[in-house]
Amino acid sequence: MGAVLAIILTGLLVATACALLGVFLVLRRMAMMADAISHAILPGLVAGYFLAQGPNLLAGFVGASLAAVATVALVEALQNTHRVGGESAIGVVFPAMFALGAFLVSKYFANVHLDTDAVLYGNIEFVAFDVLILNGLNLGPQSLWVMGALCVVNLLFVRLLFKELKLATFDPGLAAALGFSPALIHYGLMAMVSVTTVGAFTAVGAILVVAFMIVPAAAAYLLTDDLGRMIILAVLIGALSAVVGCFIAFALDASVAGAMAAMAGACFLLALLFSPAHGLVAKARRLRRQRLRLAMENLVVHLFNHEHQAYEEHEAEVAHLSSELRWQPRFARRIIRMARRAQLVRQVNGHLALTGAGREFARQASAHRDGEA
Amino acid sequence: MGILVELFADYTLRNVALGSALLGMVSGALGCFAVLRRQGLLGDALAHAALPGICIAYLLTQTKAPIVLLLGAAAAGWIAAILLLQIVRHTRISEDSALGIVLSTFFAFGIVLLTFIAKRGSANQSGLDKFLFGQAAALVAEDVMTMAVLGGVALAIVALLYKEFKLLAFDAPFAASLGFNTDWLSVLLTSLIVVAVVIGLQTVGVVLMAALLVGPAVAARQWTNRLGVMVILAALFGALSGLVGALMSVSDEGIPTGPMVILSLTGIVLCSVFFAPERGLVWDAVRRRTQRAAWVE
Repeated sequence: MGAVLAIILTGLLVATACALLGVFLVLRRMAMMADAISHAILPGLVAGYFLAQGPNLLAGFVGASLAAVATVALVEALQNTHRVGGESAIGVVFPAMFALGAFLVSKYFANVHLDTDAVLYGNIEFVAFDVLILNGLNLGPQSLWVMGALCVVNLLFVRLLFKELKLATFDPGLAAALGFSPALIHYGLMAMVSVTTVGAFTAVGAILVVAFMIVPAAAAYLLTDDLGRMIILAVLIGALSAVVGCFIAFALDASVAGAMAAMAGACFLLALLFSPAHGLVAKARRLRRQRLRLAMENLVVHLFNHEHQAYEEHEAEVAHLSSELRWQPRFARRIIRMARRAQLVRQVNGHLALTGAGREFARQASAHRDGEA
Repeated sequence: MGILVELFADYTLRNVALGSALLGMVSGALGCFAVLRRQGLLGDALAHAALPGICIAYLLTQTKAPIVLLLGAAAAGWIAAILLLQIVRHTRISEDSALGIVLSTFFAFGIVLLTFIAKRGSANQSGLDKFLFGQAAALVAEDVMTMAVLGGVALAIVALLYKEFKLLAFDAPFAASLGFNTDWLSVLLTSLIVVAVVIGLQTVGVVLMAALLVGPAVAARQWTNRLGVMVILAALFGALSGLVGALMSVSDEGIPTGPMVILSLTGIVLCSVFFAPERGLVWDAVRRRTQRAAWVE
């Protein structure tokens, strides 16, 4: 199998496996816990390799999974002592575990299949050379098998427990009342996150795996309100970032895993700016439209209130309006233009007069405001 | 006694000891306010976010003068902080996810730039990779001076605005009702945390810097209920772990400083959580036992 194809396929599998779980991490506000786990598996991995006297896949899995369990347990134990605040407990535990791992790597494993660079951003460039050999049969890159299996397992986890995950995520109280244990779901998810992190470690390292989990899911969260669609979108965004990032990395001759994760960041930025429902641009436009509409309402209601009164003409002078409603002259002209275009007012000898439609509009707006008051 | 004499006679050791103690002091003191405001992990995001800043500063200027690189780091940290605030304020994404997003994508971008520079054959010469885990042995007197000036300014601001920060940490709405501009104070506090992170990058590195903000504060909190004492204690704990960690790493060539500093700090945190008077878990257990015994009688 070609090296490039192996890299792209591995990237796709990592992105898919991670995004499937990431959706629930984002919704359950556990992103930093995933970050903690991904850092904290390092000493377990090192210990596993040390005991197996080499980068043995199984030993690494066992060691890292134990370290992940220990991390979750330690963080929760520390939180339960009430001596340390929630996020501070995370901030104490995972750097300690990671520091221990980094120390062991640099002291005992320098340049032996595990260097600090690989810990940080993985070795996806070399996945094609690390092949799985069974009974003398070359089965292709090992990471494809591992990540493929994890993809299937995660897909089954999310598919089979979809209802339970959904319920425990959005209404843990109801879930408990109906007899599903939210704690079981919680630890199940943590276990899946741990195993996936360990599997993805060789390819993308301990820190970038968090980007693959959280970032596509968060981007998807900005694009849809439906859980099923969010999962599909997250996987698609992850896959897109993996493929595009891979080619960018080749063009720049830079870290492939880094470029993939950075592309996911770019996707998130696009969603943050341009999502139709939750994007910053749409939000700013909505706010602006509301402001203009409210100002136009104020203008029409003001004219309506002073209709058939003494000083009516004075109140309706364009110059007076801007001081009365405290508008900048430019803004006032703009609102008047808007109201005229909507045929709510017309201009008669330098002052404004309501049209029939304007009067009706003002009546409705006043009634609406009274109703709200 | 021998090590103390050596400490001030040896040029490298003196720089390392002074630099890391300074770093521990500044981040310990500032970390107290971050932890009390439940923003302990903010430093983590800002530290990771500094990496692309360092790389871009290097690519633009082609120098490795610390002040240039650190300015780049500070700028990137600032941008990350603003982005974080925008995400949390204007979208439904939780603070926790926003931290994870900013942290991991900025770091990923930094890794891309770092490897890009490395493939051009200059990263090792430029020493950019030392910012990942820190290399205290590489500190020169000039670096320590930069750290001292930056840290001194940060600590002076904390001392000047101590009352305001205290109010902000414990009761921000009350501070706002008294007429303090809490937005401005938060921005200032975040900027000071950026300064602490920037100081720590050369010594501890981007990956583990966050712990140096959280750890000393958590440890100090166990010993006292007064903020003033907590800040001073945290500064001391930070300085101590910086010193011990840096000296351990200097004594052995291949060991990066960051992990050693964090491991010493973790020791202090554990001791404090278990053995601090009043709040220590051990005393808790002892009290419970004597109470149970008294109750049985």
